Amino acid sequence: MVEVTDVVCSLCGCVCDDITVEVEDNKVTKVKKGACSVGKSKIMGHNRIKSPAIRVNGELTDCSYDEAIKKAAEILAASRRPLLYGWSSTVCEAQKVGVELAEELGAVIDNTASVCHGPSVLAIQDVGLPSCTLGEVKNRADLIIYWGANPAEAHANHMKRYSYVSKGFWTEEGKKAKKLVIVDVRATKTSKMADVFLQLEQGKDYLVFSALRAILYGHEEVVPDEVGGVSKKDLLETAEMMKSAKFGATFFGMGVTHTGARQNNIVNAIQMTRAAHTHTKFTITPMRGHYNVAGINQVCTWETGFPFAVDLTRGYAWYNPGELSATDLLIRQECDAALVIASDPGAHFPGESIKHLAKVPVIQIDPFPNPTTEFADVVFPAAVSGVEAEGNVYRMDNIPIRLRKLIDSEYPEDEEILKRILDEVRAIKEKEDK
Amino acid sequence: MGTKVNLISGRTTIQGRNLDSKMSEEYFEEVARCDLNKADMEKLGVATDESVKVRTSFGEVVVKAKEVAGTPEGLVFIPMGPWANALVSGDTHGAGMPVYKGIDAEIEKTGDKVLHVKELMQTYM
Repeated sequence: MVEVTDVVCSLCGCVCDDITVEVEDNKVTKVKKGACSVGKSKIMGHNRIKSPAIRVNGELTDCSYDEAIKKAAEILAASRRPLLYGWSSTVCEAQKVGVELAEELGAVIDNTASVCHGPSVLAIQDVGLPSCTLGEVKNRADLIIYWGANPAEAHANHMKRYSYVSKGFWTEEGKKAKKLVIVDVRATKTSKMADVFLQLEQGKDYLVFSALRAILYGHEEVVPDEVGGVSKKDLLETAEMMKSAKFGATFFGMGVTHTGARQNNIVNAIQMTRAAHTHTKFTITPMRGHYNVAGINQVCTWETGFPFAVDLTRGYAWYNPGELSATDLLIRQECDAALVIASDPGAHFPGESIKHLAKVPVIQIDPFPNPTTEFADVVFPAAVSGVEAEGNVYRMDNIPIRLRKLIDSEYPEDEEILKRILDEVRAIKEKEDK
Repeated sequence: MGTKVNLISGRTTIQGRNLDSKMSEEYFEEVARCDLNKADMEKLGVATDESVKVRTSFGEVVVKAKEVAGTPEGLVFIPMGPWANALVSGDTHGAGMPVYKGIDAEIEKTGDKVLHVKELMQTYM
């Protein structure tokens, strides 16, 4: 048995890097400490896709990697409007090959940000983001606000490692010397821990941000007795906590990005943070979901200039999320083939969009079977990054961290599968050119 | 016609633990359900683990009801996954992002069975 320390978790955007596991006979036998129950479940493993497969007469039929590579390349090379989607649960090295494949094909490349924090990306492009690393929050923040986020369930180590419960250089007393404000539409495990819980009416986030902005700028007289289900008294109390904090940090989740005003909610959240700057230090950070969704935004930006929903059919990069997000493309029934990697649109896309995806040829690269597998036409099992493969990822605060390999895999890494598809696509195109 | 409600979805711990195990029974039990408050449960005449049909302009699904204190009256929470998303429109209104929260829905008691994930995916084919 070997004990491996400083293992990095490849589940959520927290990318915890202080995990200890036990490895024996090329198997992870125990997660000793550091991981939350969700991360532990990832590291210990699940049922796998056992073999590459091609759908024949409606049934997935096992085949060799060579046959699957050939079939996938044929589908993509013959496609007039391919969509390459996912990318958030794999490493930057694979993502880079993905962008190269998109360029070669003249494809649309999109990632899970478009159903997660895409609106945050749009807002940040609009007004910037006064943010900081999670280390700064840990060492300095004495007021934590979670808005439309439920970290106790979705990012279980976030409070312990980085925010409310953590102990840092200037926050050595931990939560005893900190305040926690939760803003949500329903009571959650997280709201039970709050000093102040603002329970607002669903979809009224924009109004409540505006009210707090007004108070922070000294215009409380314009705020009515109640805003979005929150009393003026509670708003004044929250604003006072913000003003008197030494260092405040807001984290926001999909409660804000998924509702009516979407990117405008985030613009207003960022402007509220700016209003707090007239009194004290204040930062704001999106709670990114997948462990490397921040990474695909980085890779896609440094390769194409844009973070998601990028169209490469023109020979240069074209960015227009309301037209080119995967969901938009599918609802218009525009794409005629798709490659899905490290994500599961079958589970997480609107039913309306899945209807078209299920009709076109779909190539799936993933370690695990999921609802997308049910309609995939070519399936590649891959090694699990962070357990069976190493590589670089970006934490939710855009800090790059290298995943470690703990055991050998019988399956190839995402990067290798993508490179082989790319080579085969190039070979087909060369033959066609002759 | 069912009772009008506001539908939202989101993560839960068990849903997260099964992100890479979505074909499992544990995922099905956790995700094919909706949280309602006591008053709404009484209005619908359902108890926890009885089936309800949730319908929007875009689709309908049958899920198990669960009484959860702290869920406001008129709000329905379904953990994110295939059942919640069967009710979501693909229209992003130019934002690139579908509206996953704040969807007008109707809910009613039903004797229909909850579709397993494979059966639910079959409805798209």
